[in-house]
Amino acid sequence: MSDNLIQEQIKQDYAYGFITDVESVRAPKGLNKEVIQFISKQKKEPQWLLEWRLKAFERLQSMTEPNWQKPQYPKIDYQALYYYSAPKGFKEGPKSLDEIDPEIKKTYEKLGIPLNEQKRLAGVAVDAVFDSVSVATTFKKKLEDIGIIFCSISEAVQKHPDLVKKYLGSVIPLTDHYFATLNSAVFTDGSFVYIPEGVRCPMELSTYFRINASNTGQFERTLIIADKGSYVSYLEGCTAPMRDENQLHAANVELVALDDAEIKYSTVQNWYPGDKEGKGGIYNFVTKRGICKGKNSKISWTQVETGSAITWKYPSCILQGDNSSGEFYSIAITNNYQKADTGTKMIHLGKNTKSRIISKGISAGHADNTYRGLVSIHSKASNAKNYTQCDSLLVGNLCGAHTVPYIDNKNSTSTTEHEATTSKISEEQLFYCKQRGLNQEEAVSLIVNGFCKEVLQQLPMEFAVEAQKLVSISLEGSVG
Amino acid sequence: MLSIEKLNVSVGDKKILEDFNLKIGKGEVHAIMGPNGSGKSTLSYVLAGKDGYEVDGKIMFKNENIIELPADERAQKGIFLAFQYPIEIPGVFMNNFLKTSLNAVKKAKGQKEVDVVEFLSLVKQHAKKLGIKDEQLGRALNVGFSGGEKKRNEVLQMSLLEPDLAILDETDSGLDIDALKVVADGVNALRSPNRSFLIITHYQRLLDYIKPDYVHVMVNGTIVKTGCSKLAQELDKIGYKEFQKAI
Repeated sequence: MSDNLIQEQIKQDYAYGFITDVESVRAPKGLNKEVIQFISKQKKEPQWLLEWRLKAFERLQSMTEPNWQKPQYPKIDYQALYYYSAPKGFKEGPKSLDEIDPEIKKTYEKLGIPLNEQKRLAGVAVDAVFDSVSVATTFKKKLEDIGIIFCSISEAVQKHPDLVKKYLGSVIPLTDHYFATLNSAVFTDGSFVYIPEGVRCPMELSTYFRINASNTGQFERTLIIADKGSYVSYLEGCTAPMRDENQLHAANVELVALDDAEIKYSTVQNWYPGDKEGKGGIYNFVTKRGICKGKNSKISWTQVETGSAITWKYPSCILQGDNSSGEFYSIAITNNYQKADTGTKMIHLGKNTKSRIISKGISAGHADNTYRGLVSIHSKASNAKNYTQCDSLLVGNLCGAHTVPYIDNKNSTSTTEHEATTSKISEEQLFYCKQRGLNQEEAVSLIVNGFCKEVLQQLPMEFAVEAQKLVSISLEGSVG
Repeated sequence: MLSIEKLNVSVGDKKILEDFNLKIGKGEVHAIMGPNGSGKSTLSYVLAGKDGYEVDGKIMFKNENIIELPADERAQKGIFLAFQYPIEIPGVFMNNFLKTSLNAVKKAKGQKEVDVVEFLSLVKQHAKKLGIKDEQLGRALNVGFSGGEKKRNEVLQMSLLEPDLAILDETDSGLDIDALKVVADGVNALRSPNRSFLIITHYQRLLDYIKPDYVHVMVNGTIVKTGCSKLAQELDKIGYKEFQKAI
């Protein structure tokens, strides 16, 4: 496997590069009070939310971007971005499927997301976000009948202000860090889920995000609340059109699990990664955090990150309730000049809290992949347990893998385990597969999918197949 | 079936095979015996198309010189290598691997690929003959397999892929006598007028169960003597020293 061959073969084009031609309603360029007021007014928000946004904006003035991460990026000119863009005619909430712009429909079809309920995979409800405004919400009626609220966050602000007011910012505070605070000031839309006490959500809830109108930073805001004894599984999947300029994506996702509740949150992220020379691509600077507020509650994050020029995120769990548990299953694949700095934070506050971290990082081409994770066990977290496993797989000789685990343990009755491996796809494995008739790409795909198995198995069925394909596609041509 | 002409193989400055010649006819079973380091395993790798060797000469397979072809294309044309040390691939279930492999070969041959149902009935049928339990088919490929399980798995793959030329690289090593019999029966069941075998081994033992048409003695990268199956028994008595002295 010579370097030349590797170079030659790292040629994987992004299959989802297209832009839908829909006129947009935009906020004026730039970041200031007026723009925030514009956003809030467009969305007909109550006064308290406008004030909340402005508070975040004020706070932002005294904050700076963090810079401890491994991937470096050119300075972002926040004044050159548009902070609000809605497809024309979507000033109101979601309309029925028949009223959807045919262009948008086509876009989703290209992405393989059938909006027609008849066509869809049984059991999946979709809250599709096109740019910043919810386009369609399906299966809503069925869910409403059992008291589940699944809608855009804008709609939730109008219809369920008490819930939003109570929980918005309760996991990721206004003052958290630069990108999270920025999101709080300018967030446009996202999903809202409330599962009432004792209800088990009968279907996988899912949302597909797309970044479309050029120069629009995306500031999604998602809030999921699982009341006592409830269960929900939520899927998030993304693709974005081909574009030259880097685009910032700084979403905030907050999860709240009360007593005996469980939230499973799965992500497949396939945003435009930039071209083979590292030009363009999405900056995926996302804050995802869940709190196991009640006893015996559970939050599980599963992510398959194959896209974006830079992926920088740490889906985390605050284990506050006694006997609560947090899980993080991750596959991060970087090819060409992609960079990822991702991992999790498990904050053990309650007694007998458990956490499990399984991270699989795959680097190919010139890519750089970092696992960074914090396991923090506070003094009152007696008998807390953590297990961490970080495996890195290198494809070729020009890529990098790094593991940066932080363990902070203040309770002597607790245990933490950390295992880490770094390996390369061996010549022997490739030869064995080829001797059985598999070509280079099939062999790599098979081996990498095997490497990721533990994580792929965590995904709901509907996603597992798509994710396996993605894993293969992202590495096509990465080995010579 | 196979005709190797003036094959020279080296790694760096080290010559491993020197002007190596061998002809294997349709349906013939050839055994190559020789001491450690004589180049037997290298021969099997080079025939299968492994990278990392400097290779010169001709390897005619079904009247086509395959010396430039990559390993996967050779496999698709009908060359199968049963590995001395089968490779472990974590997380890849045996079933999935076997099906992917079978369909890759079928596709290359222009045959219809098998679906899951067809595959499962086919693989179970073959596995049963080799004493492979269904449970093993659901495990990661060769991971945690015993020596015997690994070798049976190789023969299972061979019977599924139905190659024209099967190369067995020390398939007997690491097998107890019962496993040896099962493996030998598996190989014998595959013998046919259209299929040729090249069996590489240290010991005559395997050849008690798989009767070869020809036995070659290989020393220092070349064949020094060829005979019938009796030669194997002789070797068992006198060892390789005589031949090593002769060179």
